[in-house]
Amino acid sequence: MAEPLLELRNLRKAYGALVVTDDVSLSVRPGELHAIIGPNGAGKTTLIHQISGTLASNSGSVLFGGEDVTQLSMPQRVRRGLARSFQITSILPGFSALENVALAVQARSGSSFRLFGQASQEKALNEPAMECLAQVNLAARAHVPAGLLSHGEKRQLELAIGLATAPRLLLLDEPLAGTGHEESQRVVETLRRLKERLTIVLIEHDMDAVFSLADRVSVLVYGRVIATDTPARIRENPEVRAAYLGEEEMV
Amino acid sequence: MTEIAETPSAPMPSLSTRFEIVPIVLFAAFAAAPLLAAYSGAEGYVLSLLTRVMIFGIAAMALDLILGYGALVSFGHAAFLGLGGYAVGILASHGIEDALVQIPVALAASALFALVTGAISLRTKGVYFIMITLAFGQMLYFLATSLAAYGGDDGMTLSSRSLLAGTGVLKNDFTFYWVCLLCLLGAYAFSRSVVASRFGRVLRGTRENSIRMEAIGFQPFRFQLAAYVLSGMLAGLAGCLLANQAEFVSPAFMTWQRSGELIFMVVLGGLGSLHGAVIGAAAFLLLEEFLPEILHSLSFFLSEEARSHLAENWKMVFGPLLILIVLFVRGGIMGLLRRPHHG
Amino acid sequence: MNATLLFVQALNGLQFGLILFLIAAGLTLVFGVMDFINLAHGVQYMVGAYLVAAFSAWTGSFGWALLLALPSALAFGLLLEVLVFRHLYDRDHLDQVLATFGVILFLNQGVKFVWGAAPLSVPVPDLLSGSVEIASGLLYPVYRLAIIAAGLVVAALLYVLVNHTRVGMLVRAGASNAAMVSALGVNIQRLFMIVFGFGAMLAGFAGAMVAPILSVEPGMGDNILILAFVVIVIGGIGSIRGAFLAALLIGLVDTVGRSFAPNLLRLVLDPAAASQTGRAIAPMLIYIFMAAVLFFRPSGLFPVKR
Repeated sequence: MAEPLLELRNLRKAYGALVVTDDVSLSVRPGELHAIIGPNGAGKTTLIHQISGTLASNSGSVLFGGEDVTQLSMPQRVRRGLARSFQITSILPGFSALENVALAVQARSGSSFRLFGQASQEKALNEPAMECLAQVNLAARAHVPAGLLSHGEKRQLELAIGLATAPRLLLLDEPLAGTGHEESQRVVETLRRLKERLTIVLIEHDMDAVFSLADRVSVLVYGRVIATDTPARIRENPEVRAAYLGEEEMV
Repeated sequence: MTEIAETPSAPMPSLSTRFEIVPIVLFAAFAAAPLLAAYSGAEGYVLSLLTRVMIFGIAAMALDLILGYGALVSFGHAAFLGLGGYAVGILASHGIEDALVQIPVALAASALFALVTGAISLRTKGVYFIMITLAFGQMLYFLATSLAAYGGDDGMTLSSRSLLAGTGVLKNDFTFYWVCLLCLLGAYAFSRSVVASRFGRVLRGTRENSIRMEAIGFQPFRFQLAAYVLSGMLAGLAGCLLANQAEFVSPAFMTWQRSGELIFMVVLGGLGSLHGAVIGAAAFLLLEEFLPEILHSLSFFLSEEARSHLAENWKMVFGPLLILIVLFVRGGIMGLLRRPHHG
Repeated sequence: MNATLLFVQALNGLQFGLILFLIAAGLTLVFGVMDFINLAHGVQYMVGAYLVAAFSAWTGSFGWALLLALPSALAFGLLLEVLVFRHLYDRDHLDQVLATFGVILFLNQGVKFVWGAAPLSVPVPDLLSGSVEIASGLLYPVYRLAIIAAGLVVAALLYVLVNHTRVGMLVRAGASNAAMVSALGVNIQRLFMIVFGFGAMLAGFAGAMVAPILSVEPGMGDNILILAFVVIVIGGIGSIRGAFLAALLIGLVDTVGRSFAPNLLRLVLDPAAASQTGRAIAPMLIYIFMAAVLFFRPSGLFPVKR
């Protein structure tokens, strides 16, 4: 097996007596799409926060590409290639779709302390940004203010922003949340294309999507990983079935 | 894919380019004013009033840079006016009267003060930020009142305007007016450039969604701090000019009420357009100057005694006017100018 | 001699701190519960002082004047709430700052309009005039002791009110999570009015108490407002306990600092330089203190919100 790209060791986050994630250890291999599923309140989003550096962990460590990044801030982790999306759409509503993505390109190319020159005219920023938009089928909407995009388009835009940071690993927090059937099909197609060339950690409630996309699945229940395996084996795992009983229909 | 790459990446016409007419008219008016002032019969008065307008325009624009584009409500910006003013006053009292020395010193002092207080203030958010900037402003105010050697409470009178490269050209009111206009134009061009630059885009992005900015790899703090320093320096420049205009500096330059007035100017003009701040400063100062007379003439139906009483207490009209503007005129004067275009 | 002076300054600091607390208490509650930044709180202090000046000129008695001034200050606060503040609760802080700044301009001029620009003075009530010997050879004005006593009594009452009554419980809950309180079916609008009126009355009370020892003049609330802000920021917005401790700290730091900074500096500087630097630094002390607190604890000493 290749060396894992992302490795979590005994991660824990608690708010007082409330333990949200507990002793989470996982390793994500380069190139795989690793899904994390679990019933509501299992601590999935908290885990994403801990991996991305949005939240500090109480204990445990996060290794990315062999480097211990536990003490690094979110921007520092992003610069090492660990990008994330948000469960609740997080974009710059007053900026055009293109500018949203171009800013992410700008973050990794050259100094942002330049006080002169029109940033919106820089080809070196706009062209890669356009490419990212094209990858999520948003090129035609590049000049629309992001706040005016449809919900599905905003989800796509978040993906494009994530791509523009040139990540080695993309953490996706429920990219399908709130999308209609057609929109979600489009996002799934986009993800299928992206997984060809990117390592992805995906949190998702839509089991159809998870089982059609994932290479491996980890199941988080009450903040603990109870199983990590291929989708087929996870589906048969009795413990997982028990955890989900009455929660959601397993495929 | 290929066809996409060929899509012209011309940006959509930004709001600012669509309203270029406003700044052009504004600056043309400032340029024409001295010519007209000669015919008004009160040349000195008109010049000095408009010079003040331009100086406060620079200060308000400086504030707009962080308030309008960075959503940082600094309630202590008058401190920089004071820093600029006192740099001129203190240096002059030690015999260093050349603006070419005074201004760099003032800018350096403003930058240093902004760097230190900004680094502390920006650790806090929201209302804490408002209050801590207010407190730092007060700190400097009280420092000035206790500088007995430099006039203390009463401030200090400058023996004359600053020299410029050893010459006394600034003593001429017209020349001084043109220098102020030049500074205003320079500050405007600089600020416009900053706003459109890479740096400005990060600042604007941080205003809209700071978490998103962190998630693409920016550390908002650095950019906000740099903007705070730039803004402080511009306001410091305004302070230098103000001291020269009044030929006087005093702690009154930096009362917290003055900081509040600066915020009001920016909001009155319309947040986040730079020239809006200049218009706001003009509207504020002209209103302050002429409200007594306006009230006097509007109240023609009252007795003469009541009319002068009303004019004397113009602030009782000014305050509620301020409240009404905040409540009902969203977007300030620039917002009003924009509205017809949007239909 | 030095110890005596320190003691007197500490008493002055305590008195000043308690006055600050009376103002800050209302401010911190209004801010904590309503997320409303009220610059006009300082003018309510001024209005309290003017009311007591007017009523004591009319009745000739400080006691009656105080009794009349309190409900008037309350009514005045409620009036402002209905006329202006109510329309600002759902606005952002910037709008609140500006509109309440407008209220200050109006009222500072308003009191000039009604009572003239010249400072008014209020006689110290006979019962509390004169000084007592609090230690051998050390005289201290009775009225200042009365202010200290009144401040402590009000602080204690406030403590009981906030911690042991239903309204107090709602206020505390509101300060930490206003949305939840409103979701529980509490009439939040009425709670806001109560808090507001009460805060205005406390500030008015503070103004009334200091009227006999300070000159009553337009703008007298402006600088104390800033100090009250410093207090609530240091204490943690929404925290009565924080406001109390911070007010006393600020009162002591300011008063004692002003008289001892030159002395302390004399240890490291020559006397002339020490006295000059000391006088320059003393008024800045509380702001430096505040910056230091916020540097280490950006939400104050007793943060209420998560």
